[in-house]
Amino acid sequence: MTKYLSFAAAGLLTVAIVGTSMAQEAKNPAVKARQSLMSLYAFNIGQLGAMAKGEAEYNAEAAAAAASNLATLTQVDQSAMWPAGTDNAADPSSRALPAIWQNFPDVSAKGQALAEAAVAMQAAAGQDLDALKAAMGPLGGACSACHKAYRAPKE
Amino acid sequence: MRKWGVTAAACAAVIVGAGLFVTRPRLADPAVLSGLVPDIAQGEQVFHAAGCAACHSAPGAEGEARLVLSGGRRFSTPFGTFVAPNISSDPAHGIGDWTPVDLAGALWHGSSPDRQHYYPAFPYASYVRMAPQDVVSLHAFLMSLPADATPSATHEVGFPFNLRLALGGWKLLFLRSGWIVDGDLSGQQQRGRYLVEALGHCGECHTPRNALGGLILSKWLQGAPNPGGKGRIPGLAPDQLDWSEADIAEYLKSGFTPDYDSAGGEMAEVVLNTAKLSDADRLAIASYLKAIPQSRD
Repeated sequence: MTKYLSFAAAGLLTVAIVGTSMAQEAKNPAVKARQSLMSLYAFNIGQLGAMAKGEAEYNAEAAAAAASNLATLTQVDQSAMWPAGTDNAADPSSRALPAIWQNFPDVSAKGQALAEAAVAMQAAAGQDLDALKAAMGPLGGACSACHKAYRAPKE
Repeated sequence: MRKWGVTAAACAAVIVGAGLFVTRPRLADPAVLSGLVPDIAQGEQVFHAAGCAACHSAPGAEGEARLVLSGGRRFSTPFGTFVAPNISSDPAHGIGDWTPVDLAGALWHGSSPDRQHYYPAFPYASYVRMAPQDVVSLHAFLMSLPADATPSATHEVGFPFNLRLALGGWKLLFLRSGWIVDGDLSGQQQRGRYLVEALGHCGECHTPRNALGGLILSKWLQGAPNPGGKGRIPGLAPDQLDWSEADIAEYLKSGFTPDYDSAGGEMAEVVLNTAKLSDADRLAIASYLKAIPQSRD
């Protein structure tokens, strides 16, 4: 009986683990693409953030390169990455709220604000460490403004 | 027998009366504030550190609109739904006719100028530690903000929590001045303690509560269920949050986590406020968080 129970428990655990990993791995190429774009943002902001925090030594050239990558990434045309039916209700791998599809003008205004913050960072990053640090706040604010309105909380 | 009943009723009335007297709403002592000169720039910093706009600005307000404290945001809790009131400088619908002493009564004792208890959804159990000078400066800053004539909405709270008189008992049990983390703290950590325990009222969400809604101080900042619904509010004790002090300070400035995701949920609101503090204050918060007790002892 105990053996049977532990079998059942193991089975449930497997289902739970598989269920979780399914919820995290995107299958839809559009969802995958936009999540990858977010990772590229994060990687480049991470280069800048490490210098802002003093984890990495400030290097004007590397900072300028990361900021320039970021500015380029914010210019990527994402219109094909957000097809209907890829919100978090339809696709559990996504945290994109349905409100995105009801407020496209606001979403693109927030995207524009991110592009502007990235351009400001591009001007600041190669200048000096203080300028870079000061530009981190508005950049984070732009990310957060959109996530706050249009991204579901982490499970 | 009948006489005995009358005596019992009289005794009960005396006990209830004494209870109500002991727990009556208290106002602030004007003498504590006398002679203090408001510094409006300091008041603005207190305003951001205390996160006033996060609750009292209109739902969804962004940018400059967050300085219009018309109220209306809704907070669902196990005790009911609280609606943040108008605290703009409008004298009729806001707090435009309040004196600094009135504000101190609200912040320190959770009492309105007309001696009503406030619900502790308004975090006076933290603000009770606010320095008198900061109260006076905050008052001056609040009065400089725009007036708005939106009437405050009523809280949606059922029986028995709709009995405001009972809140006097809650205060008797849970409203305490004095620091929560005591002991040897550096000057920077003490500044952080003031920002966390008094103004920032971090413990209101990050510390679990008992059945009566009082903070369980032995689990200070060790994380709690999310009263608004799903998930858990994370613990901040050093063994729970392995971020460096620089990570914490950066998060409070830009909202970036150590893996450069951005702050989510209610913390996105909080970061809008902490972003307006000085680097020194954000680092002070971080250094204090490294000094709080571990979650396992």
